[in-house]
Amino acid sequence: MSQPTGERSFPLPSQIADVPGAEGWEALYPYFTRFQPEDDQRFWFYNSMHFPEVVPAFDAITSEIPYTAIGANTARLFAFPTTMGIEYRILNGRVYITANPVLDEAKQAERLTHFQERAGFYYANWDRLYEGWQQRIEALIAEIEAVEVPRLGELDDLEVVTGSRGYATNHLVRENFHRCIDLYSKMWHHHTEFLMLGYGAYVVFFGFCRQAFPEIGDQAVARMVAGMDVTMYRPDDELKKLAALAVELDLADLFVEGNEPAKVLSALGERGDAGGRWLAALEEAKDPWFNVSVGDGFYHHHLSWADDLTVPFAALPRYVEQIRAGEDLTRPTERLAAERERIAEEYRALLAGDDEKAAFDQMLGLCRQVFPYIESHKFYCEHWFTTRFFQKIRAFGQLLADRGVLAEAEDVFHLRHVEVEDALADVMLAWASGGTELGARHWQPIVAERKRIVEALAGWSPPPALGPVPEALNDPAVQMLWGVTDETVQTWLGGDELEENVVRGYAASPGVVEGTARVLGSVNEIGQIREGEILVCPVTAPSWGPVFGKIAAAVSDIGGTMSHAAIVAREYGMPAVVGTGQATARIKTGDRVQVDGDRGIVTILG
Amino acid sequence: MGTPMTMTHPVLPFADIGRDDVAAAGGKGASLGELLRAGIRVPDGFVVTTAAFRQAVDHLAVRGEPIAYRAAALDPQAPEALTAETALIRAAVESTPLLPSVVEAITAHYERLCAEAGQRDLPVAVRSSATSEDSAEASFAGLQDTYLWVSGGDSVVEHVRRCWASLYSVESVTYRRRRGIPEPDLAMAVVVQQMVGARSSGVMFTRSPLTGDRSVVAIDASWGLGSAVVSGDVTPDAFVVSKVTGEIIRRTVSTKTRWHQPDPSGHGIVETDVPVQLRDVPALDDEEIAELVAIGRRVESHYGCPQDIEWAVSRIAPPGENVFLLQSRPETVWAKKDAARTAPTAAPAARAFDHVFTVLGKRSSGS
Repeated sequence: MSQPTGERSFPLPSQIADVPGAEGWEALYPYFTRFQPEDDQRFWFYNSMHFPEVVPAFDAITSEIPYTAIGANTARLFAFPTTMGIEYRILNGRVYITANPVLDEAKQAERLTHFQERAGFYYANWDRLYEGWQQRIEALIAEIEAVEVPRLGELDDLEVVTGSRGYATNHLVRENFHRCIDLYSKMWHHHTEFLMLGYGAYVVFFGFCRQAFPEIGDQAVARMVAGMDVTMYRPDDELKKLAALAVELDLADLFVEGNEPAKVLSALGERGDAGGRWLAALEEAKDPWFNVSVGDGFYHHHLSWADDLTVPFAALPRYVEQIRAGEDLTRPTERLAAERERIAEEYRALLAGDDEKAAFDQMLGLCRQVFPYIESHKFYCEHWFTTRFFQKIRAFGQLLADRGVLAEAEDVFHLRHVEVEDALADVMLAWASGGTELGARHWQPIVAERKRIVEALAGWSPPPALGPVPEALNDPAVQMLWGVTDETVQTWLGGDELEENVVRGYAASPGVVEGTARVLGSVNEIGQIREGEILVCPVTAPSWGPVFGKIAAAVSDIGGTMSHAAIVAREYGMPAVVGTGQATARIKTGDRVQVDGDRGIVTILG
Repeated sequence: MGTPMTMTHPVLPFADIGRDDVAAAGGKGASLGELLRAGIRVPDGFVVTTAAFRQAVDHLAVRGEPIAYRAAALDPQAPEALTAETALIRAAVESTPLLPSVVEAITAHYERLCAEAGQRDLPVAVRSSATSEDSAEASFAGLQDTYLWVSGGDSVVEHVRRCWASLYSVESVTYRRRRGIPEPDLAMAVVVQQMVGARSSGVMFTRSPLTGDRSVVAIDASWGLGSAVVSGDVTPDAFVVSKVTGEIIRRTVSTKTRWHQPDPSGHGIVETDVPVQLRDVPALDDEEIAELVAIGRRVESHYGCPQDIEWAVSRIAPPGENVFLLQSRPETVWAKKDAARTAPTAAPAARAFDHVFTVLGKRSSGS
């Protein structure tokens, strides 16, 4: 990123006013996440793609650890020539980020040598290493599943003595909690292991297409690359299979709109063999495919389908209805694959000469090689592993609640992870001494205070960016991942007074549609959405898949053309506009809106 | 190459003309015939060939001297003499009597058009179609006359003569003398083509005129006749469409204040204000855009190179049959740039991932 010119500027971090009722919010987060006076000189943008809501104290680990891992990968492992890592700060509960460039040319040249050796090794051995990655990540998931939350009985088990284990079970309280944190950290290192190299291949192909076809749309490039990988769609596919089974077993009458999961489950229990078979199929599908967070895996309260069946069960009635109407719900993978080939072949044919065609083949080939990882890592990392991680932390919260330190298990998420260790030490000591935990008096007022703070901060509208705008935002990775370019920033700076009824973003999926908006501020409101409405949300995740079967179009605050909302919308063939920065703030539920997915424009009609 | 038949016939219908008939039908005439052969919907018409021109003009003399010699002797540096002399030549061409057989042929073909359209005194466009027009070396485009909304057999004949005479306008002669184009070989065909009562019209490039991108089609569109767009009287709507995915990548709807319409008197056109309620409405709907793109792609692949096209959407023809091409010629600006380019934009690397090193290793000065 370039030096600020000072001509265009967002509010400076130091200029942001306190949020009434949220005084003392800083205590929720580590000291190294706070804005410093000198940070006023730098450009920051709000990462609402990953952190669309206020971050609770424990959940701050989902920025600390990912940025620890991703920076290490680009800066220290692979030595990307022009970029170190990403720095982040938390302000009023929201995460702001900035990239750290390498500007010294001699340093860039030196790093390039290392980059060629190190990245070259990974690219050259990609398929073998990726296979190893899949084994490592599955082993890691098995490890976190196996972590036990110790039971502290009146006496330790006899086997501890007869097996001469040598340490009492209270020792394991901290060790096993720590194990969760350590495994989470390791998962994020694996998560980023291939990520930036994968995006590197994509950025190169994208840049080539832009040069050869200056007016090519982002979507067209994405459609040449997109894999036919099933992982991301698998949860939704499983749901469709369950819907088909319900029809086959004559259970369709139980799946009607508004029917709560608990009611459906108990009714199934009374339907004899058929009900039993359906429930068995549900259990089969759940592990692992229901380990999808309704968010992106960055908040403890974005529960997975496995934790809360509301989202999948809200989608079932429609699938059941479609199957009864004789519709084929299977993904038309063959048609999609053929279309992908046709598009690539036509662009290739338009290239001027054999050299260009050969270069095109190489770059596209590399993209397609790296793409299975890009598309499926999210399921393994953000969803499957992270679902297990939060379940374990919740179980430690239950231990703290059982021991009277916290009022309830969920309260553990209002403690920073290092504070949880304090509270656990309190339990370990009290169990050992035969005394009483002192934490209730200490932690419970803090938890109550923090709940209040989180609520107060939720009403704050974070500026999309802070600080002086650099001349050009030229970090390709940032552009790709967050959809933030110089043009986006320009829109953020000047949009409001120019066009009152218009929200601009990225044209993510083509088509024009009009309809009634349904604004979902948080994914927990997902059940409210009705057939044919237009979804307006901060960001979507793969697990929102079923919702896409119901809606007419999708609009999001954050996301680029490779964001999941964009990919899924294209697959469902509905218009989508992403990366608007402000759709959820400007549009209200019930508004009549027009979504123009060709131009990236949402018009509020009234 | 022209066949003997096309070389000698004074009038040929579009259906009998192809791209090799430039010598007889001129560039415009040959192109329209070729489009029709390729199955593209063009308004029907006929060409008064260069043979007719030669029969009428070759023997013409002013004060006993053949006009070709008089024109060849003119000096572009002496504009006054040139103006006086070309006026004499034009008058001679405009007043020369035509062979009755030529008049008959023009009238007969015009009557055929009228009969097929089911309309007496069918309005037609009478356009010059020079033999060297639209060629890459010397573009005569715009130098010779075009008459819109001409009707009646006698009027058509008269305007054919005016087109011929326009070959001796001050601008045309000055242009030829400056470039040393020889006079004796000169000949001109005239295209007579049914007018389309255009609801909307405009131009279309089968590559981006802005960037040269061959994967897109760029369309400019406005209300009424195409002359408003071509003359720059109006800021047209602009659409950029991907050839590959069919997506409309950019859509700029302008406020279109002026339009050209046929004069209610039946002759010529009038320029007026667009009604307020129409100004900000797109001049094409998405189906029409898609159809134009499909036609543009067909023409491009027929000719094997990007095209510069004029089109119109008829006011009266039913949807699906209402898009017409009025003209298509090879795009020249980017074709020249392509030809001048020596190095390819990208070359294959030893290993596919070497491309990543090239791009991510590029020195960034930070600005």
